[in-house]
Amino acid sequence: MLKTRVIPVLLWKDVTLIKGIGFDSWRRIGTLMPAIKVFNARCVDELILLNITATNDGLPPDYEIISELSPECFVPLTVGGGIREVEHIRRLLLAGADKVAINTAAVECPEIIREGAERFGSQCIVVSIDARRAHMEPDETVSSSRLTDVSLTGPIVPPPLNTDRQSFRAQPSGKGVYECYTHSGTRPTGLSPVDLAVQAESYGAGEILVTSIERDGTMTGYDLDLIKSITEAVKIPVIAGGGAGSYEHLYQAIVTGGASAVAAGAMYQFTEQTPLAAKDYLSQRGIPVRRSNLKPIHT
Amino acid sequence: MNVLVIDYGMGNLGSVRRAIEECGAAVQISGNPDDLNSATHVILPGVGSFADGSARLRERGWRDALHRAIDRGLPLLGICLGMQLLADIGEEGGENPGLGLIPGEVRRLVPDHPDVRIPHVGWNDVHYVSSIASEKLFMGIPDGTDFYFVHSFAFRPSDPAAHLLATTPYCGGFASVVGRGAVFGTQFHPEKSQPVGFQLLRNFLSQ
Repeated sequence: MLKTRVIPVLLWKDVTLIKGIGFDSWRRIGTLMPAIKVFNARCVDELILLNITATNDGLPPDYEIISELSPECFVPLTVGGGIREVEHIRRLLLAGADKVAINTAAVECPEIIREGAERFGSQCIVVSIDARRAHMEPDETVSSSRLTDVSLTGPIVPPPLNTDRQSFRAQPSGKGVYECYTHSGTRPTGLSPVDLAVQAESYGAGEILVTSIERDGTMTGYDLDLIKSITEAVKIPVIAGGGAGSYEHLYQAIVTGGASAVAAGAMYQFTEQTPLAAKDYLSQRGIPVRRSNLKPIHT
Repeated sequence: MNVLVIDYGMGNLGSVRRAIEECGAAVQISGNPDDLNSATHVILPGVGSFADGSARLRERGWRDALHRAIDRGLPLLGICLGMQLLADIGEEGGENPGLGLIPGEVRRLVPDHPDVRIPHVGWNDVHYVSSIASEKLFMGIPDGTDFYFVHSFAFRPSDPAAHLLATTPYCGGFASVVGRGAVFGTQFHPEKSQPVGFQLLRNFLSQ
């Protein structure tokens, strides 16, 4: 039976204070590497590494850092941040990524999904959707042709950046109305996460990582309505992200949200909770998880 | 021992290299089929589409060189796309010829239940169906152990009685390990399957 994956997420930020000091990339490895070594030694199911400033800084993915990290990492690795071109995907895979996560480019130039899937296979293209509950009720939505222009076969035309909030018409989903954001959650798109997920699937994406922006880092639980809306809309695996703070939250994302995998950052970094204990808990509650009973890897 | 990892421009060679080094063997990553002459084992890795991989192997002269090397008895392990390329034909990206080293074809996985999602991503159990599996590749690895998969297509051996070594229960069950003589293919990624994956690689290298 296919196991539900428990996935730590490491957000990797090019901190301003460090940038500008010589050998800044080495400093960044210095912080990422210990975390990766720990998760590697504990044989986690997968790891997701997201550079959350590359796109905003107009930078390509940092292949060198991935090349430095990947030899220490025998865990399946998904890498995101700054991917805009198929060449970026190719170089990340060569540097040691097993999969790539695409967020901003999935909205601005979705052809990258199709080209990436054709060239490298759907299985390595993860579309990462960051969504926020919009501050309006479904009945307040104003009809607009913008979203209906989104077809399953044509490219998404990104809305103008000065989005007129009154004309925003994200699709109602669950109890709320959600809107996708790009550029690390800073830029609204006028797109609903369900529309974006369905489109990404039709372009050949292999997985969707869906993250609730307002829950992320709060450890108050996943946005289950958001996750469920995506798992019901697509037939590819969905990774739940944003908000996990307890093992019970992981369970809810799987059982209520329908997620194939549960991603979490803060709960593993700021609490005593571990991916291994998470799997013990899930297993006791009847969720199939991988139990590694062999000795850990020494590197 | 000199393990040659074929570099045909597809996928993550670094993790395969590191995993083999962890197993204590010397690794040579090569794009030159002539290097097969000095190899004791060969690994065909790969992430990508069948069409692309098939074309690259042909263009770079690997097909004939591999057939000659295997006739000499050189052990070969194909991983993921590398396993699929051992087949006669694949349908990903149009019908394309594979290496023809193990009779069979590569077809898209078809869900057998509404809840089944494709691609098949994650850890799933591998069950031997042949004593060849337990005697050659799975020594020290219990039946039903989880390995890491990430794929949408699977190998269908033409002669399962002869060449199907292990199966995995997804989409009604698919071939997760095939073998013919000293040629083996795993649909999962041993280099990403942590201790059990390394054990499998060590078993292969002891051939």
